[in-house]
Amino acid sequence: MAVPKRKMSRSNTRSRRANWKAAPIALVSCDRCRERKLAHTACPTCGTYNGRDVLDV
Amino acid sequence: MPTPTKGARLGGGPAHERLMLANLATALFEHGKITTTEAKAKRLRPLAERLITFAKRGDLHARRRVMTVVRDKGVVHELFTEIGPRYENRPGGYTRITKVGPRKGDNAPMAVIELVEALTAKAETVREATAATKKSAAKKAPAKKAAATETAAAKKAAAAAEAAEAAAEEAADDAAEGDVEGAEAAAAEARAEADKAAAAAEGSDDPKVDEAAGEAEAFAEIAEDAADDAKKSE
Repeated sequence: MAVPKRKMSRSNTRSRRANWKAAPIALVSCDRCRERKLAHTACPTCGTYNGRDVLDV
Repeated sequence: MPTPTKGARLGGGPAHERLMLANLATALFEHGKITTTEAKAKRLRPLAERLITFAKRGDLHARRRVMTVVRDKGVVHELFTEIGPRYENRPGGYTRITKVGPRKGDNAPMAVIELVEALTAKAETVREATAATKKSAAKKAPAKKAAATETAAAKKAAAAAEAAEAAAEEAADDAAEGDVEGAEAAAAEARAEADKAAAAAEGSDDPKVDEAAGEAEAFAEIAEDAADDAKKSE
């Protein structure tokens, strides 16, 4: 089985990990409560979607 | 080849999938509203709506068909006595799926699937109004057809004029050859065609039609003259 010949340097490891970035989630503001929420999804703050109660808050 | 099911495959096998969907449907009819993953909600929707359609039918055969999926007799009873009649005048679309964001723990996208309300009187009137507008739009189409017949009359007259021309030519040829009977017959044909064109012209006020009718008339006259000439020369 193929195995690494050398230990990976701290620098190489860190430069590889430097590209692990999180992208911000695209959010829209809720029609009812103006809170930021996911698009096309019921608002977790006020529990409504399209003016209709969906979640018990 | 059978069409594969639309949506995600669930569970560890076909039997597992059937059981999960049956349980989901039972829970939906029992509670009216359940929270589940988006994939399961999307798979449940067609099954649940089919079962409600059975409930609307309401006979024993339909009930037995439903019993093969929903095993709970109490739930089936509720489905047939309450849920089915509620959607009497709703043509499908008995469930609503609303996304509610990812679940804590495995980040699975979740959704709420619920039975929608019965059609209110207002919604019913709106539906009827849209149906009426559709109908009136269909009525407008025949009006267009009348305009089409107008042009058809013009075409008829033009065709008659052409036929009269051909008949006149024939009459002239026959007269030149000294065939009196043939010339007369051709002249009669031309006259008939001219009459046809005139009839078409009477039915419409399109100037083109009148023109064509006049042409046919002239050709008929030529044909008759030719026939007369043939007679005289004889």
